[in-house]
Amino acid sequence: MKTYAEINEKIKSGRAVVMNAEEIISYVEQKGLDAAAEEVDVVTTATFGPMCSSGCFLNFGHSAPKIRISEAWLDDVLVYSGIAAVDAYLGATQLRHNDPANMYYPGEFRFGGGHVIEKLIRGEKVQLFALSYGTDDYPCRELRTYITIDDLNQAIMVNPRNCYQNYNVAINTSDKSIYTYLGHLKPNMENLTYCSAGQLSPLLNDPFYETIGVGTSVWLAGAHGHVHAEGTQHSGVCTRTDNGVPSEGAGTLGLTGDMKKMNPEFVRGISLKGYGVSLALGIGIPIPVLNRDILKRTTVKDSEIFAPVIDYSHEYPQATGKFLTKVNYADLKKSEIEINGKKVKVGSLSSYSKALKIADILKEEIISGKFLLSEPYRKLTADVPFKKMKIAGN
Amino acid sequence: MTRKILLQFPKEKVNQPLVYDLVKKYDLIINIFRAKIDPDDNGFAVVDLSGTGKNIEDGINYAKSLGIIVNEKMTGLNWDSERCVSCGTCLPHCPTDALYVENPKTMKINFDDEKCIECLSCIDHCPFGACSSIFKE
Ligand code: SF4
Ligand code: SF4
Repeated sequence: MKTYAEINEKIKSGRAVVMNAEEIISYVEQKGLDAAAEEVDVVTTATFGPMCSSGCFLNFGHSAPKIRISEAWLDDVLVYSGIAAVDAYLGATQLRHNDPANMYYPGEFRFGGGHVIEKLIRGEKVQLFALSYGTDDYPCRELRTYITIDDLNQAIMVNPRNCYQNYNVAINTSDKSIYTYLGHLKPNMENLTYCSAGQLSPLLNDPFYETIGVGTSVWLAGAHGHVHAEGTQHSGVCTRTDNGVPSEGAGTLGLTGDMKKMNPEFVRGISLKGYGVSLALGIGIPIPVLNRDILKRTTVKDSEIFAPVIDYSHEYPQATGKFLTKVNYADLKKSEIEINGKKVKVGSLSSYSKALKIADILKEEIISGKFLLSEPYRKLTADVPFKKMKIAGN
Repeated sequence: MTRKILLQFPKEKVNQPLVYDLVKKYDLIINIFRAKIDPDDNGFAVVDLSGTGKNIEDGINYAKSLGIIVNEKMTGLNWDSERCVSCGTCLPHCPTDALYVENPKTMKINFDDEKCIECLSCIDHCPFGACSSIFKE
């Protein structure tokens, strides 16, 4: 048994033993659980993939004369201005003004909120266009200028939902191509897409939310941020395999961090043909080895984590809740997988290789005393289920 | 023998009678895969040159002497290893495994230009804009 304070003491004095969630699997196999639990202090987990529910609050500072912005665009991407005068929220999936979207199906969706966020973090110039109705104290009614992230007072990423605990595998059983947020799915189950870092993924290594909670410090694209709440759609109530690991979406995290400290390698605008724009993010979360049970759960491996294969031509859009089968991530990492007797080509939207890189960067930061753990001040809910929308009159 | 090359014509060189000369002076058989020649813009052509080794060599040198850029690595498809995040979205859409998993342990992805047939499918499918081509806007 160790405490957060003891582990942080070891980190500060440069004595902490840290491993990533992949290394820990074979290490515990070799050493045995008890010995390893004594020795190892922290296991680092990570993920990299599209996270649509992401965005940032920006403060532009005041112009002279002042403006109380009522509508604004950054590089022609609409930002939400229904907050204070020169504050705005830029969302990842907001499409650039005048983009033809799916008018010429399937649309290309070349540029949107996620791309503006990436540009800001790269330090590139972004055009601000703002309108207002004008007031006595904020007389300016229109302005156009260029800004970089250095000109902003604050650029704070606040993501309502990141780090889905587990995720659907998307397939298409119909006889025509479909374009989804999990990519282009060819007819008759020719290909499928998964999206999870599997054995490296944060909440798959802490399936019962024993250490990751509100207040946990996280590595958010290079910045040191934290969990500010359960993510939207968080549901600790889910189907689980015998090892306790969810075999469907389940938990999520609300994350926040200072965008000025982020590394553009891990914040990337993406374009999904026929679907839209989004943002891919890299996240690392340390799990303190407080006891042997916590350590045991971090040794979960790809072959023990299952995800539901869902037909995105019918079951997903119609919200029927049905799935074809469940498959594990070890099989998903092969180039082909058999589904209902048919060989299906596998694609992925998440990046295991980037996740591994992040888990190692976080490991180095902890070993060198740059990243300390924080004890959550509240646990994530484990008993609140996910509700469907009620349509009045139905 | 046959060699595949990419010819890039700077705007002021698009009017050169290159193909005629290659056939006439160097006795080469020319197979054009893809080309864009516009009198007001930079142009390009992906071609197979078939003939004797010496004639191919001389033909290529002749093209260069006219100020035409000869790209023998045939980088018609440009894969930007910095922009690629190794997600693997492109894998089921690449017909030749030119984009492939280099290391199954890290799932790192690499590009083999020898295998690429420039179908351009990856450009449509890469969410990260890692693939581009002079053949496609
Ligand atoms: S152009 Fe076609 S063959 Fe070449 S890498 Fe892209 S998908 Fe593969
Ligand atoms: S889809 Fe693009 S980013 Fe992903 S592996 Fe292929 S080339 Fe790289």
